[in-house]
Amino acid sequence: MSAVLPAVLQFGALFALLVLTVPVLSRYLAHVYTSPRHLAPERVLYRVMGVDKDADQHWRSYLASVLGFSLVSLLVLYGLGRLQQHLPLSLGLPALPADGAFNTAVSFVTNTNWQWYSGETTAGHLYQMSGLTVQNFVSGAVGMAVAIAFARGLARSSAAGHVGNFWVDLTRGCLRVLLPISIVAAVTLVALGAIQNFDAPHTISTLAGATQTLPGGPVASQEVIKELGTNGGGFFNANSAHPFENPVPLSNLLEIYLILLIPFSIALTFGRIVGDRRQGRAVASVMAILLTSAIGLLTWAEMAAPGTAPGLAGGAMEGKEIRFGEAGTALFAGATTGTSTGAVNSMHDSLTAPGGLVAMFNMQLGEIAPGGVGSGLYGMLMLAVVTVFLSGLMVGRTPEYLGKKIGKDEITLVALYVVTVPAVVLIAAAIAISTDAGLAGLQESGPHGLSEVLYATTSAGNNNGSAFAGLSVATPFYNTLLGMCMLIGRFLPIVFVLALAGRFASQRTLPSGTGSLPTHKPLFITLLTGVALVVVGLTFVPVLALAPIAEALQ
Amino acid sequence: MTVPFRLALAKMSPRQLLGNPVLLVVEIGAAITTVVTILDPSLFAVSITAWLWLTVLFGTLAEAVAEGRGKAQAASLRDLQQTTMARRVNASADQLAHAGNLMVLPTEEVPSGSLRAGDVVVVEAGERIPGDGDVIEGVATVDESAVTGESAPVIRESGGDRCAVTGGTVVLSDRIVVRISSDPGHSFVDRMIALVEGSERQKTPNEVALNILLVSLTAIFVLVVVTLWPFMGYSGIEPSLLVMVALLVCLIPTTIGALLSAIGIAGMDRLVRRNVLAMSGRAVEAAGDVDILLLDKTGTITYGNRQATEFLPLPGVTQVEVARAAQLSSLADETPEGRSIVDLVRSRELADDATVPEGAELVQFTATTRMSGIDVDGRSIRKGAGSAIAKWVHSTGGTLSDELDAIVEHVSESGGTPLVVAEQVGSQPARLLGVIHLKDVVKEGMRERFAEMRKMGIRTVMITGDNALTAKAIAAEAGVDDFLAEATPEDKMALIRKEQEGGRLVAMCGDGTNDAPALAQADVGVAMNTGTTAAKEAGNMVDLDSDPTKLIDIVEIGKQLLITRGALTTFSIANDIAKYFAILPAMFVVAFPQLDRLNLMGLSSPESAILSAVVFNALIIVALIPLALRGVAYRPAAAEVLLRHNILIYGVGGLIAPFLGIKVLDMVISLLPGI
Repeated sequence: MSAVLPAVLQFGALFALLVLTVPVLSRYLAHVYTSPRHLAPERVLYRVMGVDKDADQHWRSYLASVLGFSLVSLLVLYGLGRLQQHLPLSLGLPALPADGAFNTAVSFVTNTNWQWYSGETTAGHLYQMSGLTVQNFVSGAVGMAVAIAFARGLARSSAAGHVGNFWVDLTRGCLRVLLPISIVAAVTLVALGAIQNFDAPHTISTLAGATQTLPGGPVASQEVIKELGTNGGGFFNANSAHPFENPVPLSNLLEIYLILLIPFSIALTFGRIVGDRRQGRAVASVMAILLTSAIGLLTWAEMAAPGTAPGLAGGAMEGKEIRFGEAGTALFAGATTGTSTGAVNSMHDSLTAPGGLVAMFNMQLGEIAPGGVGSGLYGMLMLAVVTVFLSGLMVGRTPEYLGKKIGKDEITLVALYVVTVPAVVLIAAAIAISTDAGLAGLQESGPHGLSEVLYATTSAGNNNGSAFAGLSVATPFYNTLLGMCMLIGRFLPIVFVLALAGRFASQRTLPSGTGSLPTHKPLFITLLTGVALVVVGLTFVPVLALAPIAEALQ
Repeated sequence: MTVPFRLALAKMSPRQLLGNPVLLVVEIGAAITTVVTILDPSLFAVSITAWLWLTVLFGTLAEAVAEGRGKAQAASLRDLQQTTMARRVNASADQLAHAGNLMVLPTEEVPSGSLRAGDVVVVEAGERIPGDGDVIEGVATVDESAVTGESAPVIRESGGDRCAVTGGTVVLSDRIVVRISSDPGHSFVDRMIALVEGSERQKTPNEVALNILLVSLTAIFVLVVVTLWPFMGYSGIEPSLLVMVALLVCLIPTTIGALLSAIGIAGMDRLVRRNVLAMSGRAVEAAGDVDILLLDKTGTITYGNRQATEFLPLPGVTQVEVARAAQLSSLADETPEGRSIVDLVRSRELADDATVPEGAELVQFTATTRMSGIDVDGRSIRKGAGSAIAKWVHSTGGTLSDELDAIVEHVSESGGTPLVVAEQVGSQPARLLGVIHLKDVVKEGMRERFAEMRKMGIRTVMITGDNALTAKAIAAEAGVDDFLAEATPEDKMALIRKEQEGGRLVAMCGDGTNDAPALAQADVGVAMNTGTTAAKEAGNMVDLDSDPTKLIDIVEIGKQLLITRGALTTFSIANDIAKYFAILPAMFVVAFPQLDRLNLMGLSSPESAILSAVVFNALIIVALIPLALRGVAYRPAAAEVLLRHNILIYGVGGLIAPFLGIKVLDMVISLLPGI
């Protein structure tokens, strides 16, 4: 059997699974975020939180809620990390260092889930469950809430900047979307062989007579939400390459499916909310085109695997799992970097040079293919506004998207959004590569060393969280630098997104006619794809040329 | 050519460039490389520096050339403003209000520059009108060619919609009294001068938005180049300040940055050339966004006077009989309708040419009889409205017919006016002959233009005082999308408000004082130059030719303006891809020889590659100046079609052109010794 066949079959199965379920979920999501009814447990929650569940928030108030909630989460998580030795179920592990606790708190609150530590030796069960797993839910729900608020902004007309209720969006996202899907998926994953217990590590004797430590823990539950909420923080250091997290090829496929499920669904939900389902399909198409190209290129890069060592080994399998093979690895890598998940089932440092380039570029796109839960959608919509601006002028009208004019204030917000994350990534990488503290973390020299640094800042700035490995980041320098990248890379863009949502909501929706540019047709889909590639390409090609491109052309 | 160059050099001062951040960055870059070159001169350094300065010069040149085109026109307008002596009526407001004949009031000679709004002056044949104003007494022919370019004199009279006069125009006959309506420096001609010179030009909303995009792109590229420094240092490449500046200048959107303001000035200039004065650039841009055009029927869609198009005989009467009777009764009729009847008879050869017979007695049209005709040789012929003729026929004992009613109704339904013809021989009862079909003739080519508008997504609405039946028929014939019949100024206003509430932009034109509120309310209001001062002040554009169909041209110019900006921005950004392929391998090949594989163009040496990119970057500005001034070709089409077309030319073209251009330049530059 040719090696290409399983690659195609896996991709085909994934595609079919998504095509069948995404429309259903998108409809459900639209219902969740637009229904006026509150469920009983939700009402209790609102009363406890002291939230006016029927208030329609102005974008500033919505933003204040997002930032306030995230700040509290940050402080709680930091506290849990610093006080770990006093917590139950801590397996006797000590407190996290200050910089480490900061980095981890930021990492999980920003939906990045960058891990400077190895889970089994640093984080106890309580910290993992009440801190990290909770954040896996709520940070994902925050992203979805912001995206939905943005969609509402586009859908509303003359609404004086009101974009919905954050607390309701957050609660429903967790209780009605993430939780039920997680439960079903977790049970399935346990059935496929992932573990779920509260055990401390067992020490056993192997057949060969050596001793081995087998860790325990509530793995399956965290594994599911890690993928579903595009979080990516593994229970174990080896992440989804660990057999307790991702035991068999079928679980591998299930996890990839979970990664992509919500990002694609919410794109279609957007179409439903703005009252034109074709718009959602167009956005999802662009996501699918970018993702498929990335997976295709990755698969090709890993399978073609030039070089003597891979040639002798019959494939570039160093740092990858035999269980998944090159195809299963490439598929996972494409999905995890295309979304802001960052879970890995291989060490990305071990990807071939062109493969690493694709993975990095995929993140540098700004996590839009299809991106993190919610964040992928709003990232893509921001680029859609840029596309509309350029192409709208070319049809001889003031550019408009879904009946909203793109004037001075709108384009300013979009420009700030588009500049922010690349600026964070490039500046942080420049700092790391030109300071002793930064250079100390490099495992390799030459282009590969630069790739390691660039991958780390790219991953942090774009809230992906996957690591290239190779770079030693468990230092105060990297914990602080990357923590700042994650923080700015998450919340500054959200400020611009919600401000724009407010502006759009205040505008009157203009009727569209044959004179206005259609934003659901193949031409626009092509242009949006092109704009995404060109904008990112022009920003990152110089530094990529010095790192993975130089390496790949060797 | 030297004048624009001098102007361009003056525009290179950094303070002048503050409004153009892209060119300012280039200039700062050029200043840096100048210092570098002085410290460490080489042919390569000198060439790069020279071309960077040229890039700035070409950028300011584009604007200078655009402005220069308006200068000559401004000069001729200034001639109109020479101070002349004006005869100001020396009377109190009370006297002015109550005097029966203003021309007898005493006058005093004052310089025209000292006139204020509200002053009243007397102007006689051969004199120049000293300022803008309204005729409040008298009627005169005026030569307005200096303002409008139209050599035929126009009539200006007090009262009504033709009372406005423009300062600097010359009275050819008679004597009028004018109330001045503007203070010195604020006249129509002052505004025109400011407009054509571009001195009062403010950035339009879309231009501001585009500028923000360009600034943010520039910011990204500054960041890319600055952070490249440590990355290159790590990779063991010694970054050269000269090359880094060259890279930055090539990447930032210099093409559109240089041409942006020229495009705006040229757009206004194109309007001026078509004799339209826009009071603001904002209005021109709004014209591109217009969703609905309100067009007056009379004069815009139709020629305005009804013309005979058909003779419809009753049973038992021949067409020739009707035609002869109609001809006879219209020989002395000097109204356009009467003449059109005679013309129709001639063109159809239904009767020989005839003159008014001896002894004929003409019956004039009066409001009471509502018919006209001729009495000759004991034969009376009458033509008029159906009911009037019916009454006459009935009074002579003649019989009416149902067939006539059918024909009359048919003509009315088709949007025409039926004119019934009857004759009486001696004292016999009068006999009905038939009906003349008078029709409001739709101007040629209007149907096609409205179809174009529809393709562009613009809805056309015809405004008319006619009844709904007639309006419907003409609307259908002209191919407009909708009509407003029996329209009063209030109805027009209400329609504009309703459409605007639905988020649509409305354009209209008008000339009368009662149009003023609607002109002010519309997003694009084009006042006719023949109109009243009130109308001209209310609108945001004035058409000197007073041609209502020009509204359509204005919309096209507005669209062309936006398209040109969008197309050149896309072109500018698409260019960057080729520049990367030229410069990056050249910069990095020292440390990574394998990157030479990215040198797709096979450029001869790193220096030559970088210089070629810089030279291309500068020359493309010059090459595109004509396009910026002319505007990209525009043809009415649906948005999707237009976009595909423009993306192919300016997007894909922008991708390919620099690959070819840089390669050719490299072939030339590589011949230079020392590079």
